[in-house]
Amino acid sequence: MGSQKKTVPFAGTKEQEAALLKMIAECKDEKGALMPILQKAQDIYGYLPREVQTIIAREMEVPLEKVYGVVTFYSQFSLYPKGRYKVSVCLGTACYVKGAGNIFDELQVLLGIEDGGCTEDGKFSLESCRCIGACGLAPVLMINDDVYGRLSINELSGILAKYE
Amino acid sequence: MYRSHVLVCGGTGCNSSGSQTIMKTLQSEIEKVGLEEEVAVVQTGCHGLCALGPIMLIYPEGTFYSMVKNEDVSEIVSEHLLKGRPVSRLVYSETSKDGKVKPLSETTFYKKQHRIALRNCGVIDPENIDEYIGRNGYEALGKVLTAMTPDDVIKNILDSGLRGRGGAGFPTGRKWSLAKDLVKGGQKYVCCNADEGDPGAFMDRSVLEGDPHVVLEAMTIAGYAIGASQGYIYVRAEYPIAVTRLNIAIEQARNYGLLGKNIFESGFDFDIELRLGAGAFVCGEETALMTSIEGKRGEPRPRPPFPAEKGLFQKPTILNNVETYANVPQIILNGADWFKSMGTEKSKGTKVFALGGKVMNTGLVEIPMGTTLREVVEEIGGGIPNGKKFKAAQTGGPSGGCIPQEHFDIEIDYENLLSIGSMMGSGGLIVMDEDNCMVDIAKFFLGFTVEESCGKCTPCRIGTKRMYEILDKITKGQGTMEDLDKLEKLCYHIKENSLCGLGQTAPNPVLSTLHYFKDEYLAHVVDKKCPAGVCKDLLTFVIDPDKCIGCTLCAKVCPAGAITGSLKQLHVINPDICVKCGACMEKCKKGAISKR
Repeated sequence: MGSQKKTVPFAGTKEQEAALLKMIAECKDEKGALMPILQKAQDIYGYLPREVQTIIAREMEVPLEKVYGVVTFYSQFSLYPKGRYKVSVCLGTACYVKGAGNIFDELQVLLGIEDGGCTEDGKFSLESCRCIGACGLAPVLMINDDVYGRLSINELSGILAKYE
Repeated sequence: MYRSHVLVCGGTGCNSSGSQTIMKTLQSEIEKVGLEEEVAVVQTGCHGLCALGPIMLIYPEGTFYSMVKNEDVSEIVSEHLLKGRPVSRLVYSETSKDGKVKPLSETTFYKKQHRIALRNCGVIDPENIDEYIGRNGYEALGKVLTAMTPDDVIKNILDSGLRGRGGAGFPTGRKWSLAKDLVKGGQKYVCCNADEGDPGAFMDRSVLEGDPHVVLEAMTIAGYAIGASQGYIYVRAEYPIAVTRLNIAIEQARNYGLLGKNIFESGFDFDIELRLGAGAFVCGEETALMTSIEGKRGEPRPRPPFPAEKGLFQKPTILNNVETYANVPQIILNGADWFKSMGTEKSKGTKVFALGGKVMNTGLVEIPMGTTLREVVEEIGGGIPNGKKFKAAQTGGPSGGCIPQEHFDIEIDYENLLSIGSMMGSGGLIVMDEDNCMVDIAKFFLGFTVEESCGKCTPCRIGTKRMYEILDKITKGQGTMEDLDKLEKLCYHIKENSLCGLGQTAPNPVLSTLHYFKDEYLAHVVDKKCPAGVCKDLLTFVIDPDKCIGCTLCAKVCPAGAITGSLKQLHVINPDICVKCGACMEKCKKGAISKR
């Protein structure tokens, strides 16, 4: 599992591991349980590092390679921790034709990180996403669960400042 | 009994513009004046007119408030609810005439619409099964289980002419009859495709959020028709409200005995489980979706065998899209002839479109098949904002094409859209104006396909990447005429050789723009210009010396420090440093900055 991205060492707690094991025991006999288990594991840890995948593979009695294959196939599973504030810019069609590309470029400049990156202090992470279904408000960005719509470039630094 | 009902839209659009806070304020303001016994506050699904959100409707008067702010709520309560005087400055202008309320059905946005799939959206509280039942909910299921045989149900759906609303338009009844008859007996599955992946389409989301029970009812009907006892809804994890409301709906239906064992004491058992996607566009393809429910990498499988024979867990399976299911109970209740009476020769009923992009009334519209594109964009959509000119409408998402002005009067149905190089798709309809560059749009879609290609087959994995590279070269002004030829050849090669629908349709955005907007490609390749002023490498930003007053605003906003000049002196942009973000142009109050 080679990685070029800078990341923090795994710091899972005993409580998290207990929650993980309990959840796996509850779910593993369902049909096609791997996906729901990975989703719940990501809820517990915030991401799916190798350590967590290893536990899942062991408990479900499937090869780690199979778990890793599924994790890397779906864009919502992350091998790296996210920032405390997850900034995701919608690059769906409706947002794109209304200038979301420029919004995304500007955010990369403002935060000093690229798509998928996280600021060094662990505060903001930035990603693009494809359509959150709020096309009526294009262009749109989300910071954690807050949605900001009908955006213009000039508003961006003010929005980020709310999270300082 | 309440004397007034206040409906607050809780769809995604209105939610994002603050309708949750408005609901809370409304409830507390109503309590403050002691009206909680007389006025009911109801959170509904999407009304469709997202551009004017947050939306609030007060019945029995039918007053339609648009763009309501939290600060407006106390005035609405004290004036309208307490004193009976509508707050006229907040009333959507289309709904009032000479001080009287005009019904919504007579406004230009709603006039030409016909709501079947969306009939309950914005009308009922989606988290309350009784409101669904109050609108004839589960009546169709009762009729099916007590008075119809599985063959009757299938014949009904077949006769109605209902076709898949997810994109390809396969006749729904035929799908069901294959799943019933190809393999007799044994375990079978009914699946619902709620993995609405086309960027710019959100009708399935609105149905799930505004009327979740209709999907459960229709799936149960389908289960009875093909002989399945288990259903799965595969829904995007990006739709948290839809997931919550579906879970509530499933729970309520189980408590009412409308899901589970021995439904309506007919001896028929059926239950439904949710499965969440994890952000893979290819999982909208039917075989990939089933592979994903099985807990694997969501890669498509070759067909045959078709899902009707070997689908989910290798058992006979039907998969229909959310909007398709939303039509089923109405067809059962009103009959195939009723449904058939709407639409064109080969496309019956209605279609929901998510109208977005450069159009006034962005939102959801449901129109009878055969409505013209012009009616949708100019009448229902209210035309293009800022006096700009229409350039193209994009349908079918990354699998579709761009429809130019010359086909503005085309009657929308499956065959017509295919004949002009686009497709129905799931129903995204993005309007573009003269400021959108068609080469850039083609590149945008290819960028999407490259990212979402699952990598299983070579034509799609490598071919789309090569196409993207050529398009990127063109938008940077480095394209040649040979590149255009190569691009077109690649398109046909990928279409013919890819394994699944994703690859087979991926070249459509390029083919349609090459066909209708060749001149724009030539401008990029031959003149090294982007006529729409989008492709940054082909642009320079300049300040008009006659208009610049030296206010320094542009220099302050420039993120790259590319603008120099002192107060009350002419400012100049250094093209070598300029990152072409356009922030200065947006900031300049004198309109002195232009791009060429």
